[in-house]
Amino acid sequence: MSETGEPREIRNFGPELDFVKPDNDVLIVKLFGTWKIGSQVPGFNRLTKELEKDSLIRKIRFDSSGLGRWDSILITFLLKIANYCEQKQIELTTEGLPEGVINLCKLASSVPERTAIRTSQIKLSLTTRVGIHVARIWGSIAETITFVGEIAIDFFRFLTGRARFRWSDLLLIIQESGAQALPIVSLISLLVGLILAFVGSIQLKMFGAQIYIANLVAIAMVRAMGAIMTGIIMAGRTGASFAARIGSMQVNEEIDALKTAGLPPMEFLVLPRIIALAVMMPLLTLYANLMGILGGMIVGVGGFDIGIREYLNATKGSLTLTTVGIGLFSSFIFGILVATAGCLRGMQCSRSASAVGEATTSAVVTSIVSIIIATAIITIGCNILGI
Amino acid sequence: MIGEVQKQNKDKAVFEPIIVVEDLTMAFGDNVIQRDLTFTINRGDIFIVMGGSGCGKSTLMRNLIGLQRPARGKVFYDKESFWDIEESERERILRRIGVMYQGGALWSSMTLAENIMLIIQEYQKIDHDQALELASLKLALVGLAGFEDYYPSEISGGMKKRASIARAMALDPEILFLDEPSGGLDPISARMLDDLILQLKSSMGTTVVVITHELASIFSIGNDSVFLDTESKTIIASGNPKKLLEECDNDTVRRFLTRGASEPRIQAIGRA
Ligand SMILES: Nc1ncnc2c1ncn2[C@@H]1O[C@H](COP(=O)(O)OP(=O)(O)OP(=O)(O)O)[C@@H](O)[C@H]1O
Ligand SMILES: [Mg+2]
Repeated sequence: MSETGEPREIRNFGPELDFVKPDNDVLIVKLFGTWKIGSQVPGFNRLTKELEKDSLIRKIRFDSSGLGRWDSILITFLLKIANYCEQKQIELTTEGLPEGVINLCKLASSVPERTAIRTSQIKLSLTTRVGIHVARIWGSIAETITFVGEIAIDFFRFLTGRARFRWSDLLLIIQESGAQALPIVSLISLLVGLILAFVGSIQLKMFGAQIYIANLVAIAMVRAMGAIMTGIIMAGRTGASFAARIGSMQVNEEIDALKTAGLPPMEFLVLPRIIALAVMMPLLTLYANLMGILGGMIVGVGGFDIGIREYLNATKGSLTLTTVGIGLFSSFIFGILVATAGCLRGMQCSRSASAVGEATTSAVVTSIVSIIIATAIITIGCNILGI
Repeated sequence: MIGEVQKQNKDKAVFEPIIVVEDLTMAFGDNVIQRDLTFTINRGDIFIVMGGSGCGKSTLMRNLIGLQRPARGKVFYDKESFWDIEESERERILRRIGVMYQGGALWSSMTLAENIMLIIQEYQKIDHDQALELASLKLALVGLAGFEDYYPSEISGGMKKRASIARAMALDPEILFLDEPSGGLDPISARMLDDLILQLKSSMGTTVVVITHELASIFSIGNDSVFLDTESKTIIASGNPKKLLEECDNDTVRRFLTRGASEPRIQAIGRA
């Protein structure tokens, strides 16, 4: 460090303060040793105590001849002194401090502090908080309705051939959300078929009615489980990825860039995703149905000595076009729900990385909840209609 | 140490190399970005890295701060070969370095003060209040006093730049890397930033490596530089930027330093 003839030892000590009073109204603050981040800095109250002890003091000066290495910690200390002196109207002379220290202090205090108003710091009463919450829920309902409305309008534009999006985008999304989902759909629906068959067989065996395993698996899969399981897989796989994708576009200002380029993000990003899932979900469900039946057949044929032909005939006999239709209709609805939830949460995402995570989670939750609600509505509806 | 540096700067006789780059070649797979870069950064330098957009300046920085291994060549910090030493040794060197990334890279889930405090508290045993004071000081130095509780998403682009410079300064680093610090700043803020950089150098002896296109700051703060060329993929000029403007014969460099205003030198001479 600077070599000004002081004994070396003093400079290598930790930070230390000392006070000298050459006159009645002057206090000299002597700074010693190394002032570095992490070293034990003397308490600021030592200075204030010194000043309170002697209320005559009107001037503060510094003596830094014993000062060794220093960094920002010294600056923060001096700035605190400066602040205090200003309040107590004590005159502060910076002479005696190293030039670098003076300059950094000046730089740090050159910009007037802005009084930042932050709403989060204001304490709110319970009623206000409840009110704000209700208003927020209402706002999000309104937002969702607007979103759905816009989708409907855009879909109409699509039907009349006026929607603007890139067909290559649509095909890519179809590939990503359709073909690439086949392995996981196969696995899950095969296992669901197996499970249904096993669970059912325990009951049916008591009556010697094993052959009805085929009916049970076929109807359960085709009418409800195929669509629901595919829906849930797609919610976790594709809905989440839609939300993350659109959300991070929001973060990178890509959505803003689309808007300013005159490409409405609803048409450009949301519409192709909804179309893709609306088309692919029924196809995936059809495939899931087949896999489920296969799973049931493995159990029935392998475990309960039903012939393959016998099993297939029983399956065929139990299925009607209505059953298949209801399953496919549900899956079509689920596809639209999952895509809408994913895109909605993505579009609502605010501009930070953590918001993308929240959007993804919320997309999955929204999709699954809406799938279950939709299933309930469809089931009750079918009941009323008697199909 | 500070005294020594100041003394050195005064008589300009002793240069103490702090970063030495030898035959550095950078590549992404087979795509070579820059090759055979050799230069020395001395303690207390304000070292400018310039060059056209996409020539590999940010990539060079990533090679120097341990984010990307050079395809070939060596980087020495105080005679230690950065890429040949143990991971833990590398971390020790990195602690002496503060980095500001081109895009800011502020952690978006934390307030500005927390962004800075996280670094301080990671490396120093220091209580919360003191860390907050330090963070406020750093923010004040870049003109963001009073913005401690703001989140990065709540401030403007230029403010993000300044906040990330404040974060780079968190630990009073010996070496400060700044990737385009003045991009997106108004002339006054940019000027303020130049003053800050000069101040850090003179009062704390900080070595500053600045990647920049800003001609005003190149000439006012830089005392050494390298110019990376996109065409030949290597350094085509180096030295004090002011001298380069006077003496350099290379057309690309001249046009860069005069914002394209100067005619190629040979033509100009021919005409005269
Ligand atoms: N992750 C990467 N993979 C492959 N190539 C890359 C990658 N990052 C950068 N490049 C290439 O390396 C080159 C240099 O990029 P770099 O970001 O270093 O440029 P730069 O000089 O900092 O430009 P600018 O002034 O615009 O910031 C570019 O041509 C870029 O295409
Ligand atoms: Mg760059």
